[in-house]
Amino acid sequence: MSASPTMNASVAKSLLSVKNVTMKFGGLVANDDISFEVAEGSIHAVIGPNGAGKTTLFNVISGFFPPTSGAVEFDSQPITGLPQHAIAQAGLVRTYQLVQLFKDLTVAENVRVGFHRVTKGGIAAALFRPGWAKAQEADLTRRTAELLNFVGLTAQAEMKAEVLPYGQQRLLEVARALAAEPKLLLLDEPAAGLNVQETDQLAATIEKLSARGVTVLLVEHDMSLVMRVARRISVIDFGRKIAEGTPAEIKTNPDVLAAYLGGTETDA
Amino acid sequence: MTSPSITSTRSLLRTLAPVAVVLTVMGIALMSSGYVVTVIGFAAIYGIFCTGLNFFMGYTGQASFGQNAFACLGGYGSAILCGGLYWDPLPAFFVSMAFSGIVAAIIGYPTLKLRGHYLAMATFALGLITYEISIEWVSLTQGYMGYSGIPPLGVGKFELVSEKHQLIALTVILLVGIWISTRLRDSRFGRALRAIAGSEPAAQALGVNVARYKLLAFVIAALYASAAGSLFAHFIGFISPEVFGGAMVVQSFTMLYLGGIGTTWGPAIGALIVSMLPEFLRGLKEMQDIAYAIILVSILIFAPRGVFALIGGWFRPKAKEGDAP
Ligand SMILES: Nc1ncnc2c1ncn2[C@@H]1O[C@H](COP(=O)(O)OP(=O)(O)OP(=O)(O)O)[C@@H](O)[C@H]1O
Ligand SMILES: [Mg+2]
Repeated sequence: MSASPTMNASVAKSLLSVKNVTMKFGGLVANDDISFEVAEGSIHAVIGPNGAGKTTLFNVISGFFPPTSGAVEFDSQPITGLPQHAIAQAGLVRTYQLVQLFKDLTVAENVRVGFHRVTKGGIAAALFRPGWAKAQEADLTRRTAELLNFVGLTAQAEMKAEVLPYGQQRLLEVARALAAEPKLLLLDEPAAGLNVQETDQLAATIEKLSARGVTVLLVEHDMSLVMRVARRISVIDFGRKIAEGTPAEIKTNPDVLAAYLGGTETDA
Repeated sequence: MTSPSITSTRSLLRTLAPVAVVLTVMGIALMSSGYVVTVIGFAAIYGIFCTGLNFFMGYTGQASFGQNAFACLGGYGSAILCGGLYWDPLPAFFVSMAFSGIVAAIIGYPTLKLRGHYLAMATFALGLITYEISIEWVSLTQGYMGYSGIPPLGVGKFELVSEKHQLIALTVILLVGIWISTRLRDSRFGRALRAIAGSEPAAQALGVNVARYKLLAFVIAALYASAAGSLFAHFIGFISPEVFGGAMVVQSFTMLYLGGIGTTWGPAIGALIVSMLPEFLRGLKEMQDIAYAIILVSILIFAPRGVFALIGGWFRPKAKEGDAP
């Protein structure tokens, strides 16, 4: 059977479904009836001016807080209202707009924590260290080195995370999230604070990830990055979704242009 | 990265140095008078208490001002079971520990949902409540008067009658406690705890069940505290509510921060220093308290992350800065 690429896109399984999500903070409607689907294997971007409600949407999806109304489905399972760690355990892993590293841990240890979801062992395993636990730790050492190499932080492996410059902290956060082997990776402004080379490296990393089968949902202000990596873009303004389409469609969408010209955004 | 052989020599040194310190101190104590033995025995008991507290306050980064409650449970548990009901010390020790662990789980489950100041206040209240109970429930605890006639540690007919024998037992138990702490710290479990101390949102986002791990750390701390309480009861043969009062909290915090909170050996080293220091300063008579305060403050100024972190740094090349001791 041969299907056209557009057919494929519509047939592709949806990994994440956001259904009529509304989030109110008192009188403020941060997300207003937002719906969209993220296809499995896609790189999907959410863009919008400052304060549009993008981070709030990520917080709802990842279970940081439940929505006021609406529902989220991940991998065909309803996840609305589940605790965040349970959603993460299911394979939906996020990073934060403001870097959240384990500052007292080394760069390598930060990544090792990332493997929590895909490893096992509690107090007894820690105490008695059976063969499988030792093998697991050895395996983690190897995979940690691989991931650090992947994001270019090998030389910093034994440094404390807090001494890294900001750009490298962001890369570390991405590496740590990757350690969790997410099915869906949510990145909230991963390029903020990165220089041109680092942004380039990040774009390459996201593309490599996608090639490995990780679905990526991305909030980002850096339009060149978005236009380079995203297959599909949803645009949010004042809490509402005002447009969705391919990068080419979004670039020429009059509503989007109006939102960006009228909004507080200056660098787009 | 440093070559494996250098790294392993250093890590061996790092492991052996504190063992040597502890064993030397205990060795000196064994050759000294009864009074020194008592002081060092207290230090070992506090070392056990602080090593446990370190799971919750150090590794996991939470605040508890009420861990004395579980020392109180352990102390009175052993006192009542052995002194009143003539149990053997060992089963009494473990039954008290299990009881403390269960109480910690029941109290921790709702309490640990609180954060920061609220958690601190809730745990502080816990310490006050056990203190009040130990005073008021006279038929069980003998109230203010205290509970006496607690037998020394021992197994069956074999009693550790002399204080020096007891000190050896305390040292062994302390070393086992630190060994457990070291093993747990460098594991998936320990990393989850330390992740919580670093950033709860990030830990959650990586699938760490933060509430569960906090509770486990709290229960572990309670088990150590209970053990310390039981050992105190056997070592001195007498306990009263004051023994497990608020002063214990202040004392243990000093030890924890001085020795190095979040490190493996820091709590025990801190307990040794804080317990022995007043004895060294005794000759200074009325200047003693001032000298004590000056020394504590200067240690905290020159080793803000604790004595153990400072010493740990000597055995480590600069590049490995982040490697936790
Ligand atoms: N926890 C909260 N409590 C109250 N108001 C909030 C909360 N989180 C976000 N808001 C408000 O919701 C609105 C949307 O914020 P949000 O952080 O989602 O925007 P954003 O699109 O991520 O912006 P930026 O591009 O600046 O990161 C803002 O007006 C913000 O002040
Ligand atoms: Mg945001």
